[in-house]
Amino acid sequence: GGGAPGMEYVMGIKGKDFAMACVSATAVQQIITMKHDEDKVMRVDDHRMLVTSGEPGDRVQFGEFVCANVRLRNMRHGVKTSTKAVASYARQELAKALRQGPYQSNLLVMGYDEGKGPSMYYLDYLATMHEMNVAGYGYGSWFVLSMYDNLWHPDLTQDEALGLMQKGIDEVRRRLSVAPSSYMITVVDKDGIRHLKTLEYGS
Amino acid sequence: GEAMSIQTYNGAAIIAMSGQECVAIASDLRFGVQNQTLACDHKKVYRMHDRLYMGLSGLATDAQTLYKRFVFKHNLYRLREERDMRPQTFASMVSATLYEKRFGPYFVEPVIAGLDPEEGHAPFIAGMDSLGAMETAKDFMCAGTNSESLLGVCETFYRPGLGPEELFEVISQCMLSGVDRDALAGWGAVVYVISKDQCIARTLKGRMD
Repeated sequence: GGGAPGMEYVMGIKGKDFAMACVSATAVQQIITMKHDEDKVMRVDDHRMLVTSGEPGDRVQFGEFVCANVRLRNMRHGVKTSTKAVASYARQELAKALRQGPYQSNLLVMGYDEGKGPSMYYLDYLATMHEMNVAGYGYGSWFVLSMYDNLWHPDLTQDEALGLMQKGIDEVRRRLSVAPSSYMITVVDKDGIRHLKTLEYGS
Repeated sequence: GEAMSIQTYNGAAIIAMSGQECVAIASDLRFGVQNQTLACDHKKVYRMHDRLYMGLSGLATDAQTLYKRFVFKHNLYRLREERDMRPQTFASMVSATLYEKRFGPYFVEPVIAGLDPEEGHAPFIAGMDSLGAMETAKDFMCAGTNSESLLGVCETFYRPGLGPEELFEVISQCMLSGVDRDALAGWGAVVYVISKDQCIARTLKGRMD
């Protein structure tokens, strides 16, 4: 078996003209932390990313599966598949697999579309999809979602969002007994996908 | 979390009511996973065509999958028949689609509301369980995690022959009161009132707890 559900920390925020994700960067097997710098963000194309969490094998396999098929479609048709279409496609594949061999992976599909702006889609392992401004997975989200409900506003800037992410991490580290020890923050906006910060704590 | 009960994993409340040459269908707006609420703008009523709407309670992923399947089927029907489906026909199709999965069902309970173009736009209301066992009603139909509380309040406030505005008031009050007794549904509601020549959608502000 792999990742215990809930132990990973994933939070996503959609701001005025960007979408930002903060994900725990630990790769854990049973009681061992194998890695402190696991990047759980998969780049579909320059302006779309999948933030993946859950069972490690499924997480990577499904993420790569979606990325590969979307890129193939982009090549075949000479288009850039929109964020919503990427999310819908991923949802369909999860739904097909649900009653056969489900992927135990929760995702946030985030992207920036020209003309439309940023968007973020919650997509859980059951293939439930919903567009949201603030979303997350795991035990950490129990603490942080309500905090962000209070602090979020539609004109959030990247600096403000970064501050929110830091507040979220601080809260989780203070109150969640199984809080992860490292985190990666990534943002997508009109200029593309950028890794902003990796935060490693001693314990 | 606790042991997963599929029918109460997400939470929903759906009511459909019939009036004088109109029907109304309403759902709550909560999107949650067991006891955690994730969003309050998740509609559970879907438009099939201008005079046919369907509410889907139960497991949200199956509701989304089924909605897409029914859009697909209805689109093909329209291409072949060059007309929209009658509500009765659509309800039969929903029932058959659910029964196809008799030994591995979709975990949804549909409620269908529409106006029949062949009977002078007469109101049509139907509901079914997750296996497709269908019943029609002349007055109202309820589904959801606490459908008993919805039935009780509808039984009390419903009157036959309501016009669109009165029907909207009645169904709204029933929805808002009904979900207050359900921890897994509520957080606002959306109401569609469908008449022969228009459909008005309204969002209700309710208790956000």
